[in-house]
Amino acid sequence: MDATMSAAAAAARAPAAAEVTVDGDPVKMRGDKVKVFYGQKQALFDVDLDVRERMVTALIGPSGCGKSTFLRCLNRMNDTIDICRVEGRLTLDGMDIYDPSIDVVELRARVGMVFQKPNPFPKSIYENVAYGPRIHGLARNKAELDDIVASSLQKAGLFEEVKDRLDAPGTGLSGGQQQRLCIARAIAVSPEVILMDEPCSALDPIATAKVEELIDELRANYTIVIVTHSMQQAARVSQRTAFFHLGNLVEEGPTQDIFTNPRDKRTQDYITGRFG
Amino acid sequence: MFWTSLLILAVVLVAAFVFGRIRAGQVVHGDVAALHSLPSFHGAYLAIVTVLPAFLLLVVWTIAAPKVIDSMVIAKSADAVSGLGKPELQAFIRDARAIAFGGIVGFTDAAKEQAASLYRAYDELSTQALWASMAILAIAGFAFGAKRISPRMRARHVVERTVMAVLIVCSVVAILTTIGIVLSLIFESLRFFEKVNFFSFVFGLEWSPQTAIRADQVGSEGTFGAIPLLAGTMLITLIAILVAAPVGLFAAIYLSDYASGPVRAVAKPVLEILAGIPTVVYGFFAALTVAPAFRGFGESLGLSVSSESALAAGVVMGIMIIPFVSSLSDDVINAVPQSLRDGSAGLGATRSETIRKVVLPAALPGIVSALILAISRAIGETMIVVMAAGLAANLTVNPLEAVTTVTVQIVTLLVGDQEFDSAKTLAAFALGLLLFCVTLLLNIFALRVVQKYREQYD
Repeated sequence: MDATMSAAAAAARAPAAAEVTVDGDPVKMRGDKVKVFYGQKQALFDVDLDVRERMVTALIGPSGCGKSTFLRCLNRMNDTIDICRVEGRLTLDGMDIYDPSIDVVELRARVGMVFQKPNPFPKSIYENVAYGPRIHGLARNKAELDDIVASSLQKAGLFEEVKDRLDAPGTGLSGGQQQRLCIARAIAVSPEVILMDEPCSALDPIATAKVEELIDELRANYTIVIVTHSMQQAARVSQRTAFFHLGNLVEEGPTQDIFTNPRDKRTQDYITGRFG
Repeated sequence: MFWTSLLILAVVLVAAFVFGRIRAGQVVHGDVAALHSLPSFHGAYLAIVTVLPAFLLLVVWTIAAPKVIDSMVIAKSADAVSGLGKPELQAFIRDARAIAFGGIVGFTDAAKEQAASLYRAYDELSTQALWASMAILAIAGFAFGAKRISPRMRARHVVERTVMAVLIVCSVVAILTTIGIVLSLIFESLRFFEKVNFFSFVFGLEWSPQTAIRADQVGSEGTFGAIPLLAGTMLITLIAILVAAPVGLFAAIYLSDYASGPVRAVAKPVLEILAGIPTVVYGFFAALTVAPAFRGFGESLGLSVSSESALAAGVVMGIMIIPFVSSLSDDVINAVPQSLRDGSAGLGATRSETIRKVVLPAALPGIVSALILAISRAIGETMIVVMAAGLAANLTVNPLEAVTTVTVQIVTLLVGDQEFDSAKTLAAFALGLLLFCVTLLLNIFALRVVQKYREQYD
C-alpha cells in the first residue's frame, strides 16, 4: 500500500514525458519483455530492466547468462550479427530504439560503448579521440576539436599521462591506458549512456583500480551500464545490480541489497561462490 | 648408373629405418618409455648414418668422375693429343666418348679408338670403385649406428639436426638459383654493353634492333634505345592498374565487409578462377574481341584508334590482375580485427566510415603489397601484349596508339634462328636486366611507402 502511494506520488512529481521507476528514480533506458534469439537458440527470456539515469548499473552472472547480449541490445551492436533477432521493447528516454525510423548511428552516438579488450584504432592518441567528433561533425574548427580531445582525455584521467605525446600511436600505450583511451574516445562524442563490457578483464589490478575510480567519477554526468565477472567490482562501482542466469533476469535491486540480502536462492548461490 | 645407385640407396634407407625401429624396441624389451627417443627416431637415425655418407659420395662422384676420367685418358694418350689446340682437344674427347658409350661420332681414327677403350676401362673401374666404396660406407655406417642404439642414445637430436640441415640446403638452393640468374643476366648484359653504349641504351629514344646479317647487306646499324619500350610498358601497366586497383579493391571490400556468408563462399572462388585463365586466352580475347571493339567505338566517336592499341592490351591485362588485387586485399581486410570495426561502430560510425577511416588504413600495407604484386605481374606479362599491343616502338602516351613493351621485344629478339653473340640477341639480356631493376626499384619504393604509412594494430 505504502509503495503504491509513493510511486504514485513520484509519478506525479516527475515531468509528464519522463519515465520513472517505482521508487522514483528517473529511467534512462528501459527493457520491456526483451527476447533475443541467435538463430534458433533463445539467449534472453522476457527481460524487464530499468537503467536509472546517472547511476552505475552492474550486470552480473555466470558466463553465457545473457548479460553481454542484453548490454549489446542497448546500442544495437547485435545488428552486426546476421542471425541475431531481438523482440520486445527497448527504450531510450521513452523512445523505442528498435523502431524502424531510428537511425542506429544516432543511437550509438548517444549510447557509447567500451569493449572488453582495449581496441584503440591504429592511429595517434589524438586521432583516436578525435575520431567520433569528426564523424559526427561536433567541432567547427581545429581549436574546438583540440578542446574536445583535451577535455575528453581529462575526463578519462589520461590527459596528464599523454599530453606531451598526443601524436604517438594509441596502440603504444599500456593496457590500462589503452582502455582509458577507449573511454575517452567514447566520452568525446558526448554520449548520454556508456555501456562497458567487462572493461577491466584484460587489465592488471592497478589499472583496474584506476578505471573503477574513473567509472565512479563519470557517474556524475553519464548513465553507465557495466557487465562484469568480478562481484567485488560490481559491489565497488555500482549503485544497482542485476543478476542474470540462463538468459533470465533473476533479480535487480540496489547493489547493497543484492549482495547482503538477495531475495532469490540462485543469486545467493552465485554471490556466495557456490557456482559460476 | 646414378639412378640405379639411388634406387638401391632408397631400399637400404627403408630397410635401415625398419631395422633401427625394431632394434630400438628390442633393446628395451618393448618398454618404449625407457628410451630417450621414440623408436622411429632411432630408425631414422640408423637410416641417416647408413645412407647419407654413401649418398653424398654418390653425388660428388657423379659430378667429379667424368672430369677425372677425361684427364686420365688425356694423360695416357699424350702422343695423340700433344699437338692439338683447345677446340680440337674437346672434339677428340667428344668423339672418343661417343665411340666408347655410343653417340654421334665425327670421324674415327686409331688414336680415338684407343682413347675410347681407355674410357671404357676407366668407366668400369670407376663404377666398381664407387659401388665398393658406397657399400663400405653403408655397412660401416650401419654397424656404427646399430651399435649405438641404446636407451640413452639421443637419436631425436641427431634427426632434428639433420632435418634442419636439409631445410638450410633447400633454402640455399633457392637463393643461389636467384643469384645465378641475376649474375647471368648481368654478365650477358655486360657483353651487350661492349657493343652498345650503356647510356644510349638506357636513355635512347629510338628502338630499331634490325642489323645487317651479312656484310654486303644494306641495313641500318640498329639502334637500341630502351625508353620507348619502357614507356610502352609503363603506359600499359598504368592502364592495367587503373582498371584493376579500383575494381579489385572495391570487390575485396564488398566481399569482406558487405557480402553475406553464402555470397562470399561463391564469389571469392569464382573471382579466383579469373586468375586461372591462361594468359594466352586473355591475349586473343584482347586481340580479337576487345581491340576491335575499342576501335569501332573510337571510330563512332571520330577518334582514330589503331587496331593494336595500348588501351585494349592494358584493359585486358587489368582484368587479368583483378583477382590478385581482390583476393589478397580481401585476405588482409579480413585480417583487420573485428574489435576495431566494433569500436568504430560503437562510436556511431557508419559501415562505410568504418571501412574508410579504420579498416582500410589498418589494412594499407597488405593492400599496397597486393597492388605491387599485381603491378609486377603486369610489367612481366608477355602474352597479352604480344598479341594485342603491337610491335611498333612508338614513344607516345596516347593509349589509342600501338606501343610495344620490354617483354614483347625480348620475345621478338629471341624467336627464330638467332646467333647468340650479336648485339640484337644480347639486347634481350640487357632488356631482361632492365625489367628486373625496374621491378626491384618498384618493390623497394613500395616497401618504403608501406613502412611510412603503416598503422600497426595488435
